[in-house]
Amino acid sequence: MSTSNHEADSLAPGEAPDRKQGAPGGVIVLFFIVGFALSMAFGWLVFPKLLYSEKNQPFDFNHKIHMDLVDSGCESCHVFREDGTYAGVPTLAQCADCHQDVQGESKDEEVFVNEYVANEKEVPWLIYSRQPDCVFFSHAAHVKMAEMECKECHGDIGESESLKVYRENRITGYSQDIWGENIAGIRKNTWDGMKMTDCGKCHEERMGSKGPCFQCHK
Amino acid sequence: MKKETEHKPGKKYGMVIDLDKCTGCGSCMAACMAENNVPCKDDESNKLSSITWIRVYRLTNRKPFPETEICYLPRPCMHCGGVGDQGHSPCVSVCPATATDYDHGTGIVSQIYTRCFGCRYCMAACPYHARYFNWWDPVWPGDLKKTLSPNVSPRMRGVVEKCSFCFHRYQLAMEKAYVEGRRDLEEGEYQTACTQACPSGAITFGDLDNPDHAVAKMKEHPNAFRLLERLQTNPKVYYISSREWVRRAGDNYLKNEPTNSKPRAAAHHG
Repeated sequence: MSTSNHEADSLAPGEAPDRKQGAPGGVIVLFFIVGFALSMAFGWLVFPKLLYSEKNQPFDFNHKIHMDLVDSGCESCHVFREDGTYAGVPTLAQCADCHQDVQGESKDEEVFVNEYVANEKEVPWLIYSRQPDCVFFSHAAHVKMAEMECKECHGDIGESESLKVYRENRITGYSQDIWGENIAGIRKNTWDGMKMTDCGKCHEERMGSKGPCFQCHK
Repeated sequence: MKKETEHKPGKKYGMVIDLDKCTGCGSCMAACMAENNVPCKDDESNKLSSITWIRVYRLTNRKPFPETEICYLPRPCMHCGGVGDQGHSPCVSVCPATATDYDHGTGIVSQIYTRCFGCRYCMAACPYHARYFNWWDPVWPGDLKKTLSPNVSPRMRGVVEKCSFCFHRYQLAMEKAYVEGRRDLEEGEYQTACTQACPSGAITFGDLDNPDHAVAKMKEHPNAFRLLERLQTNPKVYYISSREWVRRAGDNYLKNEPTNSKPRAAAHHG
């Protein structure tokens, strides 16, 4: 863009009146279109990639294998505590019940058993769906009372065979799963984003209103 | 689902504070600060910068010794419902950012710190001085950060905060109820931190509209009054005092005006 401006400035004073209506105008428009296209391409294609840093989980995890082994689905490992709060990602103690020793042939399990179980060290999982500090979310209200399925918000994680790369927003520090993969905020599935607008949309559809602020804020 | 939510009668949480029992010890203030992640300032005696969601005021009858009398009055947020409990609270109606709203389901006035941009209209509108502005970012020296409650988000510089009737406790109590398959709470399941901390039992908390809750009866006590009741802010905090000068201190009475000349029935039921 700077080149086109410069050119226009240096040409304009010395040019004859007839040239003003001809080539320079066209050049300016062409530069504008090219610049616009480049800017749009940068904004839509390059910027979303620059915005997120990529982090890998400590080791890979196969949800599918575990789902086939347990009886009560997601809640076999992702449990509700007695006081109604949700425990989220299982603790080391839960996993160590079965994984005292290496059972399979996967490298990731070996890492888990040797580095974490043997040293009694909690796994520093990166949580894809961690919400900002000001958000209150009740799993009990959604899963127990409204009887929603986990995948309505979390997607088909239970059937995945490996963990995806964790993308952290360089500006906000939140996971990409909150804003969603589509930078324009277009949703194809209910689990494509976890922003306030996503919560609000569903609440408006099913409850009739978004509800009072304190329903989801703290 | 939609119909159920609409037809469910809303709760109206409120407080009755017996001023005859209050000794002014300040336990409620300390408990509140610990519960709600309110930081201590370098100089807590500087009331322009200190933040106290519930604050104990000292009232005096201004008579010379030996008739001098003192009364301590704890003041949380009044969670005003406005005329007819329609949610036209002084602060809610002036907020340009919709950072504070009136919850018709619980009668609680919220404050969303991430939404507030610090214009402080609400502070000017609140007749009870219940709102506080964060002139500075909170500081948690040393290991004090580890004492923060994860259930309450800490505030940042430039936003207004106030008492929430420990709404996070309501949320947690509801979670427990949901897991047990209930939608209603027992009186004891949701109590504010100040209520539980008061050593003399001066504070009672509950649903003002639920005849099974103690507050519903106590607010009808002949010595019960509310602060600046004639402004029609319809506060949800009631006070009880057997002393007439204390009850008169709760509003701006003319010299010869009788103490109970307020349009109480109108403000409450209207």
